[in-house]
Formats: sequence, C-alpha cells, structure tokens
Amino acid sequence: MRPFTYLRAKSPAEAAALAAQVDGSRFIAGGTNLLDLMKLDIETPTHLIDVNGLALDRIEATPEGGVRIGALVRNTDLAADARIRKDYGLLSRALLAGASGQLRNRATTAGNLLQRTRCPYFYDTNQPCNKRQPGSGCAAIDGFSRSLGIIGVSEACIATHPSDMAVAMRALDAQVETVRPDGTTRRIPLAELHRLPGNTPNIETTLAAHELITAVTLPAPLGGVHIYQKVRDRASYAFALISVGAAIQKDGSGHIALGGVAHKPWRVEAAEAVMAQGAKAVSEQLLAGATPTGQNAFKLTLVERTLASVMAQARALA
Amino acid sequence: MKFDTPATTNPIDQMKVVGKATTRIEGPLKTTGLAPYAYEHHTVVPNQAYGVVVGSAIAKGRIASMDLELAQSAPGVIAIVTAANAGKLGKGKYNTATLLGGPDIEHYHQAVALVVAETFEQARAAAELVNVSYVSAEGAFDLASSRGSGVEAKDQMADTVHGDFAGAFAAAPVQLDATYTTPDQAHVMMEPFASMASWQGDQLTLWTSNQMIDWSVTDLATTLGMPKQKVRLISPYIGGGFGGKLFIRSDAVLAALGARLAGRPVKVALARPLMINNSTHRPATIQRIRIGASSDGKITAMAHEGWSGDLPGGKVERAAQPSKLLYAGENRLVTMRLTTLDLPEGNAMRAPGETPGMMALEIAMDEMAEKLKIDPVEFRILNDTQVDPTNPKRPFSKRQLIECLRTGAERFGWNERHAQPGTQRDGRWLIGMGVAVAFRNNNLVTSGARVRLNDQGMVTVETDMTDIGTGSYTIIGQTAAEMMGVSLDKVVVRLGDSSFPVSAGSGGQFGANCSTAGVYAACVKLREAVAQRLGVNADDAVFADGEVRSAGKSIPLRNAAQAGEIVAEDSIEFAELSKQFQQSTFGAHFVEVAVDSATGETRVRRMLAVCAAGRILNPTSARSQVIGAMTMGVGAALMEELAVDKRRGFFVNHDLAGYEVPVHADIPHQEVIFLDETDAVSSPMKAKGVGELGLCGVSAAIANAVYNATGIRVRDYPITLDKMLDKLPEMI
Repeated sequence: MRPFTYLRAKSPAEAAALAAQVDGSRFIAGGTNLLDLMKLDIETPTHLIDVNGLALDRIEATPEGGVRIGALVRNTDLAADARIRKDYGLLSRALLAGASGQLRNRATTAGNLLQRTRCPYFYDTNQPCNKRQPGSGCAAIDGFSRSLGIIGVSEACIATHPSDMAVAMRALDAQVETVRPDGTTRRIPLAELHRLPGNTPNIETTLAAHELITAVTLPAPLGGVHIYQKVRDRASYAFALISVGAAIQKDGSGHIALGGVAHKPWRVEAAEAVMAQGAKAVSEQLLAGATPTGQNAFKLTLVERTLASVMAQARALA
Repeated sequence: MKFDTPATTNPIDQMKVVGKATTRIEGPLKTTGLAPYAYEHHTVVPNQAYGVVVGSAIAKGRIASMDLELAQSAPGVIAIVTAANAGKLGKGKYNTATLLGGPDIEHYHQAVALVVAETFEQARAAAELVNVSYVSAEGAFDLASSRGSGVEAKDQMADTVHGDFAGAFAAAPVQLDATYTTPDQAHVMMEPFASMASWQGDQLTLWTSNQMIDWSVTDLATTLGMPKQKVRLISPYIGGGFGGKLFIRSDAVLAALGARLAGRPVKVALARPLMINNSTHRPATIQRIRIGASSDGKITAMAHEGWSGDLPGGKVERAAQPSKLLYAGENRLVTMRLTTLDLPEGNAMRAPGETPGMMALEIAMDEMAEKLKIDPVEFRILNDTQVDPTNPKRPFSKRQLIECLRTGAERFGWNERHAQPGTQRDGRWLIGMGVAVAFRNNNLVTSGARVRLNDQGMVTVETDMTDIGTGSYTIIGQTAAEMMGVSLDKVVVRLGDSSFPVSAGSGGQFGANCSTAGVYAACVKLREAVAQRLGVNADDAVFADGEVRSAGKSIPLRNAAQAGEIVAEDSIEFAELSKQFQQSTFGAHFVEVAVDSATGETRVRRMLAVCAAGRILNPTSARSQVIGAMTMGVGAALMEELAVDKRRGFFVNHDLAGYEVPVHADIPHQEVIFLDETDAVSSPMKAKGVGELGLCGVSAAIANAVYNATGIRVRDYPITLDKMLDKLPEMI
C-alpha cells in the first residue's frame, strides 16, 4: 500500500469537487474492495475522499412509485428493508447471496456497483493484465479462465463483473444518480453504467472523472415472482459461476439478467420477448455471439439449465 | 523407556481422567486472546521491526539484476535481505527448494528479498519498490504430459510386486481398469507462516508457528550454518498447519537473516497471496487402478499405479500405498512414479499418500462392487484381511474394519439406499448415498518429556510437543493427571519450546499416541522418584486423589516435594513390535448428498464416520479432529483445486477467494462414532491417531454418493458441476 492523504467530505458536490483538485484521488465508502486492492498495490490512489458522512444512507419512496436508495445504504440494510423485501424481492435475495454478513454490513450500494473484477490475473501484479496495466496483455484468455466471461468479452479482456446486487438492479431497470465536480447532476440507466471491455478494459464505467454516485433509483414494483439463483462450487461466500436474476409474471413474461458471464450485468431485452418459447430460446438470445474459452464453455449449458430451473420455479410459485 | 512388548495393565487403564470428554485446557486463553501466536509476541523483546517478503515473479530462471535503491530509501526502511547479502546458506534436510532464491529461481513466489522497516506498513510499501529483472527459463508444469518420464523413488516407496498380477488380472472374470486424478491442494491454514527472530550475540531465538520443533531447529541451524545448540525455537500455539508447518519456511529463515542484518528483532508473516506458491502443497496425482475379482466378489488381482511430480530432488506422493495393505488378494502390483515439475514444492499435507490414494481406491472399490452386483459395504467386508496380504505371517495388531462398516451401515440407514443410481429424488434434487473405508497407518516416533512435582502438589509437564489446534495440551495434561493421581487442574502443560525434551511432534497422526506415551514414560520415573522420597514401594504404590497409598498409608503427593522439586525425564522408544505387527487405524465414512438436477451443484446432506483407532484419549478433541477432517474431505471432493497455469508455471488461485474450502453452509450434520478399542501393541497408552484417519476415504464416499444420486461417475477431483452438466437429466 502506497502512502496517501485522506479527507472527509461534507457534501456530495464538495466530494466531487475536491476529488477533481487532486490527481490520483478516489472516493472511499465501505472500502471492502478498494482497501484490499491498495494492499496488493493494484489500486494506488494518492488521495482518499471519505464519503461515509454524506447522509446518503436513506431508502425513500419516489413520486413515481419507486424507491430511491442512497449510495451509502449498506448491503445488509438494503437487503433487510421491508419495502425492498416486499416489492423488490429479487434485489434482497441477490444481496443476501453475495459476500458474507460482515462484508455486507460494510459494503455500500454504490460501492457494490463499482467493485472490480475478481479475475485472478488482475489480482496478481506479476501477471500481464490489460485492465490493471493497459497494453500488458491478457493472461487469462489462454490461462485459468473457468470463472471468467463468455459474452461481450474482447481479445483484451474476459473479466466479469462480480456483483450479485447489480444483476438484480439491472433486471429491475435501475438508474444511478450522480453528481459531477462542477455540481451538475444526472441520471444514468444501469444498463449504460458499465462498459464492455473492448480495447480499454481499464475503463469500466461511463462515469466521468470524479463523478460521484449519490443514489440508485428503482421504478415502481414489477410484481411477479422474484428469483435470484446463484450457481457456485460452494454453498456460500463465493462469486457466481453464473447467476440468474428474474422477475417473472403469471403470464410467463418477465425480466431476466445474468451474472458471472460478462463485464457487466447481462441483460438482452430481445431474449425476454421469447420467454414463451422456453429456456432454450431465451438462453440462445441472451448468449448469441458468445465466445467462451475451453474452460468456461460449460457456462452456456449452465445458463440454459439454470434458466429452465428458474422458469420452472416461477411457474410453480405463480 | 523401551516399548518392546505389548502393554499390560497400567495406571492409564483406570481411565479416571484419560478417556473423559474434556474441553481443551488452553481454550480460555485462546477465546480471550491471551494465547500468543507467532506474530503476537509483542513484548518478549523490545525494538521489534517488521519484515515483508518479496516473491519471485517468474517460475523458473534467474535474477538478472535487482535494483533496491528506491526501496532502500523508502520511509522507515532499515535493511533489505537478498541472496547477495545473506551469506552462504545451507539447506535443511526437509526442504527441497531453497527458502531464499537468487540468482537462480526454482519456483514462482520463491522468496527473493525481505524488506525490513520500522512498521509493517512501511515494509509493505517498500517491498513494492524492489525492482527485480528476471531471465525466464523453460520449465515443466504439467503432470499429465510429463508422466512418461516418471521414475521409481526407491528410497521413498519401492514397488510392491507380489504374486502374478498380470496373469491373475487377465484370468479374472470381473475386471476394472480405471484412471483417477487428484489435483494439487493447499493447506490454507488459518494462521499464516509467521516468525520473529532475535539474536543475542551468536544465539538465535525464533518465535514461530511450527509442528516439528526438533526437525526445525536442526534445519534452521543447517540453513544458517550454525550449531544447533545456538538455536532456540518457541512455538506454543499454532493456528493450524496440516503438514505445511512440519518444516521451516521462508518466514523463519528470513526473520533470522533480517534480524541479523537489522541488528534488532524482526518479525515476518507471509501475506496470504504469497503463501500458496511460496510454500508447499499436496501434489497432484494420476492413479491407474486395476482390480480383478472372482464372480463371487473375491479380489484376486490388485494393481495401483500412481504418478506425481515435484521439483528436482523432491518427494513422491505415495498415493498407491494404501493398496499394499487394505484389501485381501493374492496378486498385487503397487507402484509410484515421480516426475520432475517446476511448480512450487510438493510435500506433506494431512495424511500424505493415503488421502489422494484413498480418494481413488475407494471409488474403484465402488465401481467394482457395481460390476459384481454386490453391495459396496458387503464387497469391502468380503475382502477384509486380518494380515498383511503380502506377508501373511504379519497380522494387524487390531483391525475392526468390518465392525466400522456394519455399525455405520446400521446407524446411517444404509439399507434405504437405492442400489440403482439416479432413482431417488427430493424435488429438484437428486439424492444419493455413498460409503468408503477410512484407513491410515499408525506411525510410531520416539517422544520425550520432563515432569516436575512441586511442594504444592502441582505437576508440570514440559515437552517440545506442539498443539496445532488438535488438543495436545489437554491429552498430555490428562495423561500426567492419570499417572500421578491428581485432578487435571493440578497439571500445568508447557509445549513447543526447543529447550524442552524432544517429542514426536505433530505429524502423521502420531502426535497424540506418541507424545502421551512419552509423558507416561516420564511419569513412571517421577512415580519412582516420589516413592523413593516417601519411602514407599513404587511397584505397589497407588497414586490417587492427590495421595500416594501404600502398605495402608496415605501420604499427600506434595509431601514428596517438600525437600525440593522433583524432576523426572524420559522418553518412549518403540522397538520391534511394528515389524511383527502391522499397525493401522480404520474407519468407515457414510455420506448422503443432494445434486441439483439442473445445475449439478452438489451439497452434502449428512455425514457419519465410524472409527476404530485404539483408545480415544479425549472424545471431545478426537471428535473435533474427525469432523474437521471430514470437512476437509468435503473440500477435496467438491471444490479444492490449485489451478495450474501450465504456461507460466504457478498456482493461479493463490488466495482464499480463489482457493475455495468449505464454509459453514457446506457442512451439514456430522456424526462420529468411536468403537470401544484398545491396542496394546501401539503404546502404553493403547491409543492410535485419528486426526488423519478422518480425512482418508471421505472424499471417495462423497464421490460415490454423487454417483448414486446421478449415475455420473466423475474420476477427476474435485467433482464440480462442469464435469456433470452434459450428463444430467434433460430439463423439462
């Protein structure tokens, strides 16, 4: 870990403005990912702006009938919130499928969205990694790739986004609210927050420099049966091999997003149009153009079978 | 004390303290944080500095140059140790690779430097500034492709060729020929490798975390080129080792070198991501097993041939070993071949040899039972042997394998198992049961102890035996209490210090039996000394309730020490009995699993182990050992695998996020039954080990249960869902 300076901001706009004043500054909230990466010399900020005191920790109703989740709402609190459990069960279940109780107590909503890949080569500074060190190459594509991406990947990077929460939020049509250093705010659909790796896997989101996420909003409840099925080698405390987040209506229509397959939570709206045709058809649409490695090609079958299982569970519960 | 005839009745047989379920006597120290682990001896010496290890970035080759200037001038840096300034280093008997690399690099993350600074954070930051240029060399990193070049390691495991395997196998009406693989596995114990070194002139004291104190004193002295007498090791508490801490590792050597260079005490803990490639691991194996049997199920031919790899001069994983002894059969071929690999060093991990060997052999037995259409429990019973099959004049000292299987089958409800695989469902889950035998030899190692009696009637035991979380403190205390006729609270146990008598140490599941037998021997001497002081006859004196009773007199034990503390020391030495008798421990594992019919995820539902392992010294800690081992077996069966990057030559998943071991949610109801047993051939304690027995076979029981649930036979561990997906039932 390199030496760094540290500052507590007093307001979201001030945090963004202060960040813009110092090269190498980063926001820190829960720190569950950033601190680990700093200890490993993967993240090397010179200045940390602590946003924990910014009162962004409330969950409130929106005029549109949805909810606004403050950027600093802890994963534990979000998963346990009565309204979330009742109207957005998918989100609650996805949160509880992630990490451990201790980590969820600390991790925040915005931090969860911005956590970085768990590709093992990204974590080892002796290895080439275009995400960590642009232009150095990708050791994962021809290496140990069992857990990595199969779709939307590039020759530069096959990393996955590790979040469970983001998969649920993608299926639930979330938007993020931000503030920029000049004090202006904007809304970004979650679909547009994370980028595909392309030739610049080091640039992971569409956020501008020092733009701070202040909240995540969800539209009015979708209704239907909410299922988050996370598939993994051990029963808890592991990242998904793949996951399926689904909100499925009585008529069989619904929203579906996948985790563990791409550089972002993966949703293809066209796939949802063929849900009546069954899991195979949906899976083909979701994963059209997939380019898995030899080690992770099983994910194609796994997605289809898990989706079939989820759709069967939804039918049984409808 | 020489142990050369089977034990007769002795004070341990009273079982007033020994054999009673007893919570660990050092438990309160651990739960209140007062038990210092290796990195936590904060006050024993002043002026402690911190060292951080830099690991090699390549797997094989050499260091072209090292630029230390930036690191040297970083804040707080005191010294940097490298091969260039460390002086000439030897290599310990138990190490294969050197513990400080350079200029030659033998494996990935081999230590190449230690940065010593005023604070840990400064040392870590400066370690990132050490700039090393390497020249890589080609290496061999793939066991499968190097298999052909394997050689017999005669000094480690010579071939067993008995009878005519080829002829008998060819003639057998029922045959199995299958190949199994087990992956590289890591110990990943909770406490990292950690040491603190302090020099007083030419005398070195090392606080460390180590299972085998005397081996490690010797190896550290050899490495540093100094007399053994000048080295003291202190290792009172150990947060797990599983064989990874049998030997000195880079933390020990580099702490010593760092302290010498810095001129002050230096402590070093290996960072978690460095541990896996910097240290040792259980090597991967390939195992081909052929079994021939008569149509009524008698094994007539058994071949178990295995391959493993290690660095040049390294060790073979003796996986085929259990097939020498476990089952009857006239004709037998048991071999291991060792290939050269440039991966990090392979070495002992909990039940080395037997663990991967039983993982394969006990699937093979399941497959064979199916071919024969015999129940897998009955097939094993049918092929039980009470003698060494290659030397029938040599009986097992005690072998209650059949009782383990019968007891387990009854308690587990084995008769409810569907013999036809893939026919039991619970909603979307496929349900199956599996069985496997547990088998691990009982090794005997000389073990010494010193026992003191003071005028308060307190008994103090001192031995360099270690407690790696197993409960050594408690069983040693129980042994001394039983022998001296006092309650457990009148015994103080001091362990893990090289200034104490040399013990068996903790390894090979020999620690419990051998170290307590050493305490027994010392206590026999102490009883003689007490009797002499009190003027009573040692042979008929009864030590009970804090008194010595003889010839109608009852004298408080403490009276014997009124004129001064009495000190007695002895060791147990095992003689010829192990040649006359084969000594082993036995068990049976029963497992029920559920496999998700859609995803192929396997979740264990319940587990039972029945063990026959001599006298159980402390049912509480013995059970803890066995359920811990069963948990490790779940890991081995379902998730643990060091992923080899065969191009770059290293284990990729080198942290606890990537190398998955079971978590609470993976571990269901576990039950352990110990058969009532004593083995007088083993030691005066009539005990044997259980800590490794509990691991042997359990993974195969899980594999067999998965087969029973799904009809899918996975022969390559771990049994992950990707190996089953395309064979699972069609989704509706």
